[in-house]
Amino acid sequence: MGTFIVRRLLVALGVALTISVVSFMLLHLSGDLATSIAGPEATAEQVAQIRVEYGLDRPIVSQYLDWLGGALQFDFGRSYYYQSTVIDLIVERMPITLTLGGLALGLAVCISIPLGVVAALKRDSWVDRLALLFAVVGQAMPSFWFGLTLIVVFAVTLKWLPAAGSGGLEHFILPAIALGYYATPAMMRLTRTGMLEVLESDYIRTARAKGLSTTSVIFKHALRNAIIPVVALAAVELGFMLGGSVVIESVFSLGGLGQLAWDAISRNDYPVVQAVVLIIALFYIVLTLLADVANAALDPRIRTR
Amino acid sequence: MTVSTSTTSRASRAPAAGGRARALSEVPLPPTAWSRVTRKVFGHRGLAIGLAIGLVCVGLAVLIALFAPLLAPHDPYFQDISNRMVPPVWHDKGSWTHVLGTDKLGRDYLSRLIYGTRISLTIGLVAALISGVIGTTLGVLAGYFGGRVDAFISYIITTRLAMPVVLVALALASLTGGSLTTVIVLLGLLLWDRFAVVSRSVTQQLRDAEYVYAARTLGCSLPYILVREVLPNIAGALIVVITLEMAHAILLEATLSFLGMGVQPPLPSWGLMVAEGKAYMFFQPWVIAIPGVALFVLVLAINLLGDGLRDLNAPGGRH
Repeated sequence: MGTFIVRRLLVALGVALTISVVSFMLLHLSGDLATSIAGPEATAEQVAQIRVEYGLDRPIVSQYLDWLGGALQFDFGRSYYYQSTVIDLIVERMPITLTLGGLALGLAVCISIPLGVVAALKRDSWVDRLALLFAVVGQAMPSFWFGLTLIVVFAVTLKWLPAAGSGGLEHFILPAIALGYYATPAMMRLTRTGMLEVLESDYIRTARAKGLSTTSVIFKHALRNAIIPVVALAAVELGFMLGGSVVIESVFSLGGLGQLAWDAISRNDYPVVQAVVLIIALFYIVLTLLADVANAALDPRIRTR
Repeated sequence: MTVSTSTTSRASRAPAAGGRARALSEVPLPPTAWSRVTRKVFGHRGLAIGLAIGLVCVGLAVLIALFAPLLAPHDPYFQDISNRMVPPVWHDKGSWTHVLGTDKLGRDYLSRLIYGTRISLTIGLVAALISGVIGTTLGVLAGYFGGRVDAFISYIITTRLAMPVVLVALALASLTGGSLTTVIVLLGLLLWDRFAVVSRSVTQQLRDAEYVYAARTLGCSLPYILVREVLPNIAGALIVVITLEMAHAILLEATLSFLGMGVQPPLPSWGLMVAEGKAYMFFQPWVIAIPGVALFVLVLAINLLGDGLRDLNAPGGRH
């Protein structure tokens, strides 16, 4: 188990470093940053001045090493737009995105696991069909459009919840539904297949033969085993949702990391973009690492692979 | 299992079900691809319905895209300021001249929707093809060679998975200026992960198949083995991934365009239509409902098609 964790940790570190290189290079090489920052009406002189002022005239490797050196100490430089350091902006916005992600994941878990279990127990019944329909619809629904539809129905027509802005918990309900529905289909399907597989196994037959009650067989024996991959998937989905929050946050004007990133992209505020990309990637890396370790702890067969 | 008498070249190459010791004539031939398809489709009514709906809708969308100039009642770019925000025909103030109404610039909504099919399908198809080439190449190499090559390529895949796609795509689209071509290329370069994962694991299973071994023994060149022996046998799995990635690319394009960093106005991208209608959605919800439903139906149809194809491919059917 020790070597497994160490090996996984090294891979995670390598991936984080590679992503920092790739995202830095992509942003610096796919267009001329100085021209974008200066705007369409700038003269060639102004562009040249910005290039020197922001240090964009130096070799890209030295720019990267400088940036990485700072990033390792949580210093991502200053925002081009806000009068503040990038790390302050991120620390200020982070709780909103984490609350949104946590609520969305909680919602997805509360819906997908019971639904998956019932669908597996009542295989090919109308509940199963309905659950499948729910999943298929969720996979095809554009999340930004689902968010707008929720606003029209629950905020404008029914006036139950606020349409936009951040504040109390009520501001998070609609965005969490919009984001959570996105993660539900995959988790529900995995719960269902896992349960179907486990229910056919020998130890379930033994448990039933011993005369244990159905609830005990389902919850103590079957679900406990079927849920292992779902826990891993939930961690991965949370990582995806933090990345996808850029869409939902801009739909609901929820001032978290996602909206910060979108504003920064439209204002050519690249230090902020770079930092948010790296931080969201780090979240994903840590979450998948935890999922892998948890999986290995629960299922010893994984460790030897 | 029904034994079919005719064999296709594919079926005879597939790993034989019988043991090696028995004479070739005694080995029961696996069913041909077609008999497998017919048995499965007619065996499961639910599957047939999903597949049929998917096929019909995707086929319709392709026809609409191809014949857009004939089908569209108006020019999708023609602005008529005196006829702005005309509601669809089922509203009291609607009229049959503009069946789905007009947008804030007086452009006919139905015509824009019809031309939008072209954008979504082109993006889905071309992006899926680009990512398919990248991902399959990586996956086949990793699966076939194993060892260090596999470790290296798996590392690339892990890195790609950890990158927040929407954010990276947004930032790059904004830098490169966002046009139809850049969006297609960007999505193609970003969405190859599933191709790589699937082709890697399928190739791993094929690596030691007898026909691959035979080709190696005969001294076939490596490109020949990969292209003529391995690729045809992972094609079934890849077709499923193509549909999934098409749907993914279409949704992502709509998202980028909705956020203002994808396809630029005046092109009739469905995501852009939702963005343009957003300011009016409180009083006229149909402006966002119409392009949103179009997007939903197309993606749903492609997914149903993909699910149906996957179940045809899987030996045990739907679990």
